[in-house]
Amino acid sequence: MTNNQIRNQITVALAGQPNVGKSTVFNLLTGLSQHVGNWPGKTVEQKTGVYDHNGTRVHIVDLPGTYSLTANSLEERIARDYIIREQPDVVVAIADASALERNLYLLAELLSLPAPVVLALNMIDVAEQQGMRIEPHVLEAALGLPVVPMVATKGQGVRGLMEAVDRVSKNTAAYAPSRPEIRADHQAVLAQIQRLIAGAVPEPYPEDWVALKLLEGDEEITSMMRERLDEDRWQEVHTILMQHEDAILAVAGGRYEWIGRMVRAAVVRPRIGQVTLTDRVDRYATHPFWGLLILLGMLGLVFWLTYTVGAPLQELLDTYMVQAGAAWVRSALSGAPAWLVGLLADGVIGGAGMVITFLPILVIFFAALGFLEDVGYMARAAYVMDRFMHLMGLHGKSFLPLFLGFGCNVPAVMGARVVEGQKARLLTILVAPLVPCTARMAVVAVLAPIFFGPHAALVSWGLVGLSLVMLAIVGIALHELVLGGEHVAFIMELPLYHLPNARTIGLSVLQRTVAFLRKAGSIILVVSVIVWALSTLPGGEIESSYLADIGRLLAPLGGLMGLGWRMMVALLTSFVAKENTIATLGVLYSAGEEGARLAKVLAGVLKPAAALAFMAVQMLFIPCVATVATVRQETASWRWTAFSVALLLVVSFTVGIVIYQGAMLVGWGV
Amino acid sequence: MSEEWIPLTGLGPGQVGVVRQLAGGRGFVARLASLGFAPGVEVQMLQNFGHGPLIVLVRDTRVALGRGEAMKVLVEAMPHDQ
Repeated sequence: MTNNQIRNQITVALAGQPNVGKSTVFNLLTGLSQHVGNWPGKTVEQKTGVYDHNGTRVHIVDLPGTYSLTANSLEERIARDYIIREQPDVVVAIADASALERNLYLLAELLSLPAPVVLALNMIDVAEQQGMRIEPHVLEAALGLPVVPMVATKGQGVRGLMEAVDRVSKNTAAYAPSRPEIRADHQAVLAQIQRLIAGAVPEPYPEDWVALKLLEGDEEITSMMRERLDEDRWQEVHTILMQHEDAILAVAGGRYEWIGRMVRAAVVRPRIGQVTLTDRVDRYATHPFWGLLILLGMLGLVFWLTYTVGAPLQELLDTYMVQAGAAWVRSALSGAPAWLVGLLADGVIGGAGMVITFLPILVIFFAALGFLEDVGYMARAAYVMDRFMHLMGLHGKSFLPLFLGFGCNVPAVMGARVVEGQKARLLTILVAPLVPCTARMAVVAVLAPIFFGPHAALVSWGLVGLSLVMLAIVGIALHELVLGGEHVAFIMELPLYHLPNARTIGLSVLQRTVAFLRKAGSIILVVSVIVWALSTLPGGEIESSYLADIGRLLAPLGGLMGLGWRMMVALLTSFVAKENTIATLGVLYSAGEEGARLAKVLAGVLKPAAALAFMAVQMLFIPCVATVATVRQETASWRWTAFSVALLLVVSFTVGIVIYQGAMLVGWGV
Repeated sequence: MSEEWIPLTGLGPGQVGVVRQLAGGRGFVARLASLGFAPGVEVQMLQNFGHGPLIVLVRDTRVALGRGEAMKVLVEAMPHDQ
């Protein structure tokens, strides 16, 4: 270290369209110094980190990946609000060199904001593979701002980028880039609007930018100016805007004309018509039939991994950490009061154990999700599934996270992050618990043979089908409610395929796992201690516990489904972990956990109609606490979490009642 | 003139067209524009089975569009000569 003293500090924002390798650049710059949180008051992930450059501490803020800066989505609003309000010293615009024209659209938007911009030309190697030749110096001369070629996946260009950032931040006076203009036929209108709003634009918004956004029809800026301008003035502006409703085309057209001029001399392109690897793969991967087969194959592979690697690991952790830990506590505290031993061994270690045994499966799912996202396959899966997902008002991108829900609902809820758009993401999170996870299926696997003998398989498949039908119904209903029936336009980039980057995938797994442990972990621990306490207090026996009291309180509701209080208690304990249902039934019917006795007793107390109702409720009931905690973490809202729980209570009990009463009515199984 | 403009859905696989008009609300047009669509740009149809979503190449970008969305992009088809 030549210089330990930090002489000055600057803030740099990273902007870029999706799929340009922005997170690779961010990871390269910040390494493990990064901090992952949420944007203030928002559920969009915010990543920050630091990079030290020749004694300058560079604070790096990763803006959400967006195609433009119109207020179409929350991400776009966050990105532009940050640049306008926080005024970073430099904005680094990261572009994919192999699709330069489209990528420079965001640059064109960034240039009308006050912060100086440096252009990072990433994926130069990919562009060369496509037969393009790009001259960064020529582009730099045309744009009038620093252009740095990079291959972030190989770590090339980072130093050059930070040197350019340093230069620009030290000499902002010399920064005078070329800027796009609105198409010639609309220049007079733009000038007119600018005159009308002059003096009324609040700080720190630039006046010319606001005028442009008004013409673009930007909702946020439009309502801001409607409030700011007096009535007559606004009417004047509004009339002009109404006369030029297609002005967005003039604005966008002007940007692309400018881009065309900028890249003309800098890019040498191959003749079109050459078939790339991506095109060859996509011939199958996006095919309506082969695409589905490939998708099923991929998912089969993920589940195979889960069962061959994840499940044994889970058992090992359970035996050698959780059970061993509980046994150790019991022997170490042999002289202590029984309630303390119970609290630690059953409540605390039970809860912590849940979290720990979750890890192998979560890591596998997060790795699979990260891998498919990184190589570019995610968008193809969404494309193939979109027509089916649209039937329930969901975007194609919701498919993969939901499918992971068959393994475990936690990664399904966390995976909803890949879904673009706040509302579509929320909808995905809300329906995810209706996907039957392995733990629920395990309960069905025990109960179905007890009640339905030879028809067990049929009943199990029927229950899976029921869950999916309910998912579709709830999806359609919520789509009306949450999205107001709004049609989600299906427009999506299919990025080029590329080799996976272990670092990017590794960091995303690490961050998601840590997020789960930190936020969900504590809630799981607290809830499992509470449920443990309710099931032992006051007397130490579950039959006389507070939980049993609650079960008895719920008995009238259970009666509608033909279920006694013991069955209601079993449902309640499934909140900690679905498998608890069986254990609780074993204790309550004093039949022990396994074997023929429980089967005999249960078959005796429950008529087939009630048994079917019970299993249906069990499938649709509130998910386990880990999932609920993750819903809270991902929505950042207790209200939506409560809504999710209430929704599932209503759905599951309604279905249970309908099944039991329906069976009674037709006189079946009573 | 405008009689020769057809919706994007009318382009067959491999066929090239030039975008002439983007219909629909301003938010929708803004999204299309940010992905590369603007009057005058050349697009090439990559996948179109006559039903379901389709894929076009625009400014070196593969963009998937729902059929309803593609109906709102009007293009002038170029003769098959490439």
